[in-house]
Amino acid sequence: MEKNKTVWPYLLVTPAVLVILLVVFVPVVHAFLMSFQSYDLRRPKEIAFIGLQNYGEMIADPLFWSALLRTVAWVVFGVGFQFIFGFSLALLLNKYFFGRGVIRAVSMVPWVTPGVLIGLMWRWIYDGNFGVLNDVLMRLGILKDKIPFLSQTTTALPCVIVAIIWQGIPFFALMLLAALQVVPEELYEAAEMDGANHIQKFFSVTIPSIKNTICITLLLRVIWVANSVDVIFNMTEGGPAYSTQTLSVYIYNKGSSLNLGYASCMAIVLALLLALVAVPYLKSTFRSAS
Amino acid sequence: MIHAHEHRFFTLFLPLLLLLVFLLFPFYWTFVTSVKPEAELAGPVTYWPKRITFEAYSKLFTTTVNFFSAMKNSFIVALSTSVVTLFVATLASYAFSRFKFAGRKFLMCLFLSNNMFPTVLLLLPLYAIMRKMGLLYTHTSLILSYTTFTIPFSVWLLNGFFNDLPMSMEEAAMIDGCNRAQAFIKIILPILTPCIVATGVYIFMNSWNEYTFAMLFTNNATRTIPVALKNLIGQLGVEWDLLTAGGIVTIVPVCIMFFFAQKRLVAGLTAGAVKG
Repeated sequence: MEKNKTVWPYLLVTPAVLVILLVVFVPVVHAFLMSFQSYDLRRPKEIAFIGLQNYGEMIADPLFWSALLRTVAWVVFGVGFQFIFGFSLALLLNKYFFGRGVIRAVSMVPWVTPGVLIGLMWRWIYDGNFGVLNDVLMRLGILKDKIPFLSQTTTALPCVIVAIIWQGIPFFALMLLAALQVVPEELYEAAEMDGANHIQKFFSVTIPSIKNTICITLLLRVIWVANSVDVIFNMTEGGPAYSTQTLSVYIYNKGSSLNLGYASCMAIVLALLLALVAVPYLKSTFRSAS
Repeated sequence: MIHAHEHRFFTLFLPLLLLLVFLLFPFYWTFVTSVKPEAELAGPVTYWPKRITFEAYSKLFTTTVNFFSAMKNSFIVALSTSVVTLFVATLASYAFSRFKFAGRKFLMCLFLSNNMFPTVLLLLPLYAIMRKMGLLYTHTSLILSYTTFTIPFSVWLLNGFFNDLPMSMEEAAMIDGCNRAQAFIKIILPILTPCIVATGVYIFMNSWNEYTFAMLFTNNATRTIPVALKNLIGQLGVEWDLLTAGGIVTIVPVCIMFFFAQKRLVAGLTAGAVKG
């Protein structure tokens, strides 16, 4: 790497920095300011600074608290199962078998599927009248009557969580598989010499070797899943009776109804909560960048 | 020997099969639905169509739905985003990879932290800003937004590719009388073209698939495919043959591109995480 003093690197990064400033940092400041205003585009004449009023309203808003709680469930179960299944898939794809390359590529497709399509596909699978899930469960004798999965408050949330699990498995598999492939074979051989069985090898060699990748992938996924709007929005729009309304969906709904002040206030809180998760990630990238 | 086969069945093939069925069944089901005659959808569930028909696909492009213009919009937005992002990100990652300069670490973190902000946090003020700038309902508003969101990962990917390329190649060219720009264009760019294309595919896929911003930033004339698909759901409600056909049309271009680029894309994407 060159150390001589030149303006080249600064010139080269300028365009990227400019775009990011305009589209990320200006809006963040803007959102911060809006959160202290009565910024409702349906009443443009009443836009004014109102101090902490939005925040006070938020603390008193039962929908905010239930959305926050639902976000926790959405992230814990969503990312948790993505990790378990994604890790399993990575371990399986790390073994040698005929056609492995094709299977690897094909199993990644959910990752490139747009959120709208995910919503659409799963809505059709869950359909209460002609849905295939009802049919399968009835054929297997598990169900006696058809269930309208997405229009019952009791089943809607687990159903959208299954959709996000489905979407996230490939990314975990991809990252963990790459990490598994660079675990030195000697470590396994040494563990075998010490008489370790498969399970012991897994916990004493595999897990410690790919610990970093596990952490980074988990952090990234937590942030993405917490922020995701499109899957839920396209399956239930947050309903029925708010039973699938996570915080980001609530913010989106408030924003679509043009109450930007209140929506920004909640968005700031969501960002701060996620910053708690992101800080360790940034610290580790900071270290590896040096 | 038989024992070993059985062992492999339970530890490899069976769990793999179950996972693949879970991951791929929705696609199978979407496709099968899209080629079923309309009448068959409202009856008892069939797992393979009694008669295959592509009526839904022709309806998609000929009736009021006007999927074609949405496809055109998506192509314009995704392609422009890819070009702009690639240009900007290639310059930036070349700087990160080849120079050591004050503020390098800070800037790299700035780029990565970009992905941490909730989209909804940016969405609302951007809506207000685009409105003021008169960009609302134009392709530019989407291209500008998508460029920003794809820069961080693109820089990450390209940075990895650049780092794998020995400096000695450019140095040799520069000794031979090339300046830095010539060395970059004549030596680096040709070698890295496949990697840049793979990164472009990543950017294209993201822009093609994005819904949340597109929903707010487009109108009837400029809406992209995901928005059109969502509107179909609103308009048609239960016409699942049309909806699923729309879904298949949406994902086919992305899938084709992904399969061509996936090896390099995966290698680039995971390199940083594994080393880090």
